[in-house]
Amino acid sequence: MTALADSADRTKRRSGYALRPPASLTLICLFAALAGAALVALTMGAAGIPLARLPAALGLWADAAPASTLARDQLVLWSIRIPRIAAAAMVGALLAASGAIMQGLFRNPLADPALVGVSSGGAFAAAAAIVFTDSRFGQSLLFMQNQLLPLAAFVGSLLTTIVLYSIASRSGRTSIAIFLLAGIAIAAIANAGLGLLVFIADDRQLRDITFWLLGSLSGATWPKLATLAPVLALAAIACVSIARGLDVLVLGEAEAFHSGVDVERLKRISIVLVSAMTGVAVSVCGVVGFVGIVVPHLLRLVIGPAHRLLLPASMLLGAVLMVGADTLARTIVAPAEMPIGVLTAAIGAPFFLGMLLRQRGLVSL
Amino acid sequence: MTAILEAETVSLVIGSATLVDGIDLRINAGEMVAIVGPNGAGKSTLLRMLSGDLRPTRGQIRLKQQNIHAYPPRLLAHHRAMLSQHVNVTFPFTVEEIVHMGAGDSGRAAAQRLVDAALTEVDLASFAHRQLPTLSGGEQQRAHFARVLVQLACGEAQHGPGLLLLDEPTSSLDMRHQIDLVETARRRAQNGTAVVAVLHDLNLAMRFADRIVLLHRGRLAVDGGRTDAITAETIRRIFEVDVTIDYTDQGVPFLLPQTMRPTGRPTA
Repeated sequence: MTALADSADRTKRRSGYALRPPASLTLICLFAALAGAALVALTMGAAGIPLARLPAALGLWADAAPASTLARDQLVLWSIRIPRIAAAAMVGALLAASGAIMQGLFRNPLADPALVGVSSGGAFAAAAAIVFTDSRFGQSLLFMQNQLLPLAAFVGSLLTTIVLYSIASRSGRTSIAIFLLAGIAIAAIANAGLGLLVFIADDRQLRDITFWLLGSLSGATWPKLATLAPVLALAAIACVSIARGLDVLVLGEAEAFHSGVDVERLKRISIVLVSAMTGVAVSVCGVVGFVGIVVPHLLRLVIGPAHRLLLPASMLLGAVLMVGADTLARTIVAPAEMPIGVLTAAIGAPFFLGMLLRQRGLVSL
Repeated sequence: MTAILEAETVSLVIGSATLVDGIDLRINAGEMVAIVGPNGAGKSTLLRMLSGDLRPTRGQIRLKQQNIHAYPPRLLAHHRAMLSQHVNVTFPFTVEEIVHMGAGDSGRAAAQRLVDAALTEVDLASFAHRQLPTLSGGEQQRAHFARVLVQLACGEAQHGPGLLLLDEPTSSLDMRHQIDLVETARRRAQNGTAVVAVLHDLNLAMRFADRIVLLHRGRLAVDGGRTDAITAETIRRIFEVDVTIDYTDQGVPFLLPQTMRPTGRPTA
């Protein structure tokens, strides 16, 4: 018995050693993976563009292909596929990094903006914007889609995050159980609100709202990229400035303060950041779950939990995953499309359950 | 003697409970002070106020002649380092990464030397690349002590002798590492650091501290030298335990409990 316990103990201890690849290698591999995923995504779809025709269609060099084929390829690529792939990559980066930040903020690997209702809060606000401002902005649909909805989704996500944080943390301690339960309750409230909006919406509004509920990148256009790109750029810069603080926050709020971190400021920045990133992502593609939980978790296993590398790596792997998932979503039932939220949930939820089972012994809820 | 820390009639009232009641304290550079007292006497609360974490409802705390709450967090961390009682790390940081957190914004190479030295000092050099959550409670506590030592060293390199606060640092340690830790803290005091440690073990306190501060129900009961602060009468009055006090050949006092039977109101 003792020998058994000893050997189990030794195995556990041996696995406690951290073997991590160098940061540069990690980032290079992820960049290569993203380039590969984007290349595959460019060639696949309702209208297939073989790899051989791709350089010509992208305008890199001339090709012997007939002019009509070239024109069609170019149209598909530049007005549909490239903006969509770019949007998928940016949304994936935003979702994965906001998951990583939220997990750092709550010191809890199970935190995810979609899981705890932050995405639902954003979707509810966006749906409310559709239903209640439709008559006023019906004329300028573009303003509505490109500015008003992201703003509404951001405000909805922000309010949800603030409520969640104030419920879950008391005098510097965050209860994991209360946090998850409060998140579920908040998600339920937001979903009830969404249900109510569905009930009172007219047919056209209903179609728009359904889009938020399932999640899809089919509405990705160049103007939407213009909303995504600045938020992603700002988030990437902000991530650099909060990385060390998030590391030290793992010690707890009091100990982080003792170590010289301005904890209140760090929390404020993180909450606004998570809300902005989730809100904008939701406004472009609706509610897409589990990217924020799966990506940082996988990365922590390989590269460790230090946020200076975890945050950029999460952005890259999130982008890879989302480009892959979107390609799958628009090809497996082509010419129809599967909602990407359904796809990420089908892959992510079992993964999440596996994580829970693995951690049952380590984390006390 | 230069005062590193001065507390002037500090009190903390939360709701109707007075946790700390009008305590005056002055800690000099190079002094090692042990805060002792029964459970719920306000020891940890007082320490958290001395660290600048909790704000007293009355009174003032000055660190190096300046109101402790006037320091921005980063500068405060250069002047005082604090080890909390329970630190629970959920993510798989390695011991070395955790200890590096003490170095703050110091340069990488200089920090690495301090980290290596601190890990050797707490006897964890061979554990540097282990993930902290896989270590035992005592080993984790030593890793956090190493982190706090690095923070202290970084601050003292820039600003001279600082303040080291330890909240029950020996609670999960075996006997040898308890003594190692307290001796390490003592060496810091000999180099000019002001050290304040909340200790439960009165014998450890009397053996290593220059001064003993005894708290009882939020008030300062005794503040004196290690050989004269603690008397059998004081212990009976405050801990409600009968003890005899004896002395080693070197004249160090030690306590022997005579009965565990409470003589009056049971202690919490």
